[in-house]
Amino acid sequence: MSDGLHVHLHQETPIPLAAKLHCAAGEVLALVGPSGSGKSTLLRTIAGLYEAREGRIVCGKHLWFDSSAQVNVATAKRRIGMVFQQFALFPHLSALENIAEAMLQYPKAERLARAQTWLERVHLKGLAHRLPRQLSGGQQQRVAVARALAREPEVLLLDEPFSAVDRSTRESLYQELRELRTELKMPVLLVTHDIDEATLLADRMSILDEGRTLQTDTPDKLLQAPNSHKVARLMGMRNIYTGKILAQEGSHTLIDWVGTPLKVGRQNNFTSGSAITWAMPTSGVLLMPSRNRSSDTLDNTIDVQVQLMLALGEQYRISVQHKDQTLTMNVPRHIAQRYQLEVGQHLQVRLRGETIHLMPSN
Amino acid sequence: MDWSALRLSLELSFWTMIVLLPIGIWLGRRLAWSQFRGKSMAEALLALPLVLPPTVLGFYLLVALGARSPIGQAYEALFDQQLSFSFAGLLIASIVFNLPFAIQPMQRAFEAIPQEVREAARCCGMPSWRILLRIELPLAWPGILSAMVLTFAHTLGEFGVVLMVGGSIPGETRTIAIAIYDRVQAFDDSAAASMSAVLLLISLFAISLSYMATARLGKGRHNV
Repeated sequence: MSDGLHVHLHQETPIPLAAKLHCAAGEVLALVGPSGSGKSTLLRTIAGLYEAREGRIVCGKHLWFDSSAQVNVATAKRRIGMVFQQFALFPHLSALENIAEAMLQYPKAERLARAQTWLERVHLKGLAHRLPRQLSGGQQQRVAVARALAREPEVLLLDEPFSAVDRSTRESLYQELRELRTELKMPVLLVTHDIDEATLLADRMSILDEGRTLQTDTPDKLLQAPNSHKVARLMGMRNIYTGKILAQEGSHTLIDWVGTPLKVGRQNNFTSGSAITWAMPTSGVLLMPSRNRSSDTLDNTIDVQVQLMLALGEQYRISVQHKDQTLTMNVPRHIAQRYQLEVGQHLQVRLRGETIHLMPSN
Repeated sequence: MDWSALRLSLELSFWTMIVLLPIGIWLGRRLAWSQFRGKSMAEALLALPLVLPPTVLGFYLLVALGARSPIGQAYEALFDQQLSFSFAGLLIASIVFNLPFAIQPMQRAFEAIPQEVREAARCCGMPSWRILLRIELPLAWPGILSAMVLTFAHTLGEFGVVLMVGGSIPGETRTIAIAIYDRVQAFDDSAAASMSAVLLLISLFAISLSYMATARLGKGRHNV
């Protein structure tokens, strides 16, 4: 239990919490969930800004919170670096002084010298004496990150740190954080509601809903194998359906979906006849090649009709209907043009059985 | 010109301001940030001097501080002098009727500090005293200054409560507002006019300072 951050919290009211997570030193763990899922409360509890009724928080060798032993270390005594959503810089202090305030263990002159070094590390050299209001959103965010790291924290807590800056600034800040994180030796917790952001920055993600950690795994694993309908939905998967196991045959499992049999990669933990939920990423739905039919045994060819085409930058998000069910697929713009896709058109698509993930029925 | 009345008024205003400064900061912070049972009632009680006629407030204070009251008797036992109709009694009354003028602007100023900023200070490892001195007071100071100036100016001009609790004892309880009233009663219009002009100038100066501070606070809020 001495490595990284271990959190185990439980309470029913006023905010439900049932969270269990571990973040190793040097690891970035994203807490992902919709608004009100308790992810910020979880972060505030780790920081000691909120006290849960039951639970235990251990960081490295330090016990920060233990309800059964009545231990609750004050926030100022926990070595945490926290970056707030709106940055929460001290508005009357310069960028340099903001950072220096996190290093009170050093004499004043040394504090300021170290703060200057931090400013240079976050590419803000020359802006030391600016007040927060004289800095752009991205610059404020960098000061906030520098202040959090200047604390020499045992855990770094990032509470939606990219939500208050514009898209292009966000892209460059992502890059900076990715560079910075190779040097970070402490556990890093990133709260976000943006799946793409979490996928880009985190080693693992913990999916939260109504204060509960539903599943914790790598972004790839979560996308390929969510453990429930809810996790699949929260991971932003659009193609989620119900069905029934028909048979386990050789290398594949045969399922029934609204009267259409589908071959999927063999998943042994279901018996014939059992009701299931299945999910598939949009990348699992492909247009049929115009000439060559696929020879892949797990391809399932179905007839569909185009319902809706949304242009999203370089690609179209296309909704197609099969019987009374709607499937979503992404098609590059030039492919859509080559196939001359349009609303109302009948065509065949193939569902890649190896991307279909089966889950217990709700 | 009754210089002793002016000096007494300035002394009363100054000490009222000094005593209310820590009380206002403590109560203002508590009311701004804490949720507790009876908070609305506490706020209503503190605002009462704003709406109560000064004579009514003065009457109750006279009863509370009088020679037959427990407070009056305790004071007399300790200091061998009467509390009502004394400077000390006047000061207590002045503190009570100035509570809303001191606390409300401070409460508003502390409320304007974002919760995240105070939490960030704790996350930085700052001890409570440093958060107060380095973060909270500098951010709230226009409100605190405004409260102090309002308290000072209001005490300088208070008439009803002062007359009820202190009477008009020269050098002890006769403030400039009461001295003006006395001069008018004695048809000494020129003395009343010069004292009124002095009071007007001091009040105008004080209230201008308060408005300047408030304007700065408003500007500060935009920038937070």
